[in-house]
Amino acid sequence: MTYALEISALAKTYKGGFQALKGIDLTVKQGDFFALLGPNGAGKSTSIGVITSLVNKTAGQVKIFGFDIDTDLEKAKSYIGLVPQEFNFSQFEPLVNILVNQAGYYGVSKPVAMQRAEKYLKQLELWDKRDEPARALSGGMKRRLMIARALMHEPQMLILDEPTAGVDIELRRSMWDFLRELNEQGITIILTTHYLEEAEMLCRNIAIIDGGEIVEDTSMKKLLAQLDVETFVFDLQPNLTVAVLTEFAEKSHSIAYRVVDDHTLEVDLNKLQNLNQVFAQLSAANIDVISMRNKSNRLEALFVSLINKKSNVTQSKPQSAVVGAN
Amino acid sequence: MNNSIALKSILTKEIQRFTRIWVQTLVPPAITISLYFVIFGSLIGSRIGEMGGFDYMSFIVPGLIMMSVITNSYSNVASSFFSAKWQRNVEEMLVAPVPNWVIVAGYVGGGMCRGILVGLIVTIVSILFVDIQLHNIWVIIATVTLTSATFALGGLINAIFAGSFDDISIIPTFILTPLTYLGGVFYSISLLPEFWQGVSQINPIVYMVNAFRYGFLGISDVSLVTAFAVIGFFIVTLFTIAMVLISKGIGLRS
Repeated sequence: MTYALEISALAKTYKGGFQALKGIDLTVKQGDFFALLGPNGAGKSTSIGVITSLVNKTAGQVKIFGFDIDTDLEKAKSYIGLVPQEFNFSQFEPLVNILVNQAGYYGVSKPVAMQRAEKYLKQLELWDKRDEPARALSGGMKRRLMIARALMHEPQMLILDEPTAGVDIELRRSMWDFLRELNEQGITIILTTHYLEEAEMLCRNIAIIDGGEIVEDTSMKKLLAQLDVETFVFDLQPNLTVAVLTEFAEKSHSIAYRVVDDHTLEVDLNKLQNLNQVFAQLSAANIDVISMRNKSNRLEALFVSLINKKSNVTQSKPQSAVVGAN
Repeated sequence: MNNSIALKSILTKEIQRFTRIWVQTLVPPAITISLYFVIFGSLIGSRIGEMGGFDYMSFIVPGLIMMSVITNSYSNVASSFFSAKWQRNVEEMLVAPVPNWVIVAGYVGGGMCRGILVGLIVTIVSILFVDIQLHNIWVIIATVTLTSATFALGGLINAIFAGSFDDISIIPTFILTPLTYLGGVFYSISLLPEFWQGVSQINPIVYMVNAFRYGFLGISDVSLVTAFAVIGFFIVTLFTIAMVLISKGIGLRS
């Protein structure tokens, strides 16, 4: 099977000795919607930089749709569309010129490029601004312009580095719909984001990178299945008191309730417990539930635990070395 | 991949850039050259008399045109490529399957277009002040084309190394301008003492100005063959350096 992306033993050490990537291995299937997550400075942008040839690798191999960037760089590049983290277009050029020029770099003729520019500017609601210089756009519009630009040569793989950073919720959701549509058309999408809810909603597979190493590489379902405990918040009928809820919580030994205020309870449920038990207990106590929600994003909880686990291991290593030396 | 479309895209972008800001790029050389004609031609030139068998104003016209071509070819590429680095829109080309020679040719072509266009504007302004002679139009075309290519390549290399806007003004201020003024624009190097004539031989601008002057007036302090050989050497050398720098990603890739 030809993968959209195959990375093996990829390493990058910057001048000054900082080791941004420590020999990572990663594969992304064709047509996948893939999340690459990690804290700041973990190596996400360096990885994307190497894949898109903006960063020179120190060692390892990268293949894009089977084409090695060391031997078939131009062919490999033709498959990729990049939406970088920072705005990197000329602020003084009109939107149409930016798009048509970008298509030209991929050998797309001007008439075809003009048609595509119209198509993507309309889809991304920028058509009215087509003749304005890019500096006149708002932050959200600039993000959409970079998506349109990345699509001008109709790439097979779209890499988005924090595409919704600083974008309001409404616009973010419309961008998610747009990305889902692209993925449904068969475009492989690799996404880095700080909004873990975004990764959870959109992506089928996920890799977590930290300190230049891949600490998790699995499907979103399997990752979320690792979650042992989930916390739910119950909004209750308004005519209760803290004393009533506290009494209820103390009596219900099988489930751990926490009283937040006179109309809110929090419940930690492990894999063996289910919500029916909670509803049954509340119903037996004549407590009505108005609404219920997850307290925190599930992926966020896992992400934090994985990163913490790794940093604990890293911190413990020097101690072992000291013990060994003694 | 159709490289001609990529080349055309870069070239079009470059031409659109300097024509969009024509007040900054095309008007100043016309004003500067007019001042040179008023001061060196009318006021001082009339007291100097003839040089190389021609009145002083006619003698300096080719050098002044060439000076504008050199300055504009260089500064166009230096400022445009550095701006692309600074705004990071150079990445648009780096992530695309554009061969390095197309990037070099596109930017150098843009610089040449501005240099030659400014040369034309300055020539038209010159007609207002002096009767311009044409001795050999092909020498004029060859010299202006090759010289603009040389300095456009120089501007590109400067921009590749530059880390700030100051860095793209250092070379023009401290190297290019002195070499141009000492390159025989305002005088025949045969007027210099023998030692300084020898020193002038290592200034490449001497060859460019003299070849260009030959095209207009039919006189030159150096042989045409030597002049074109020197220009050719610089083009090959600078093109090779630019290609190596871009392929290694110096100043462009981390």
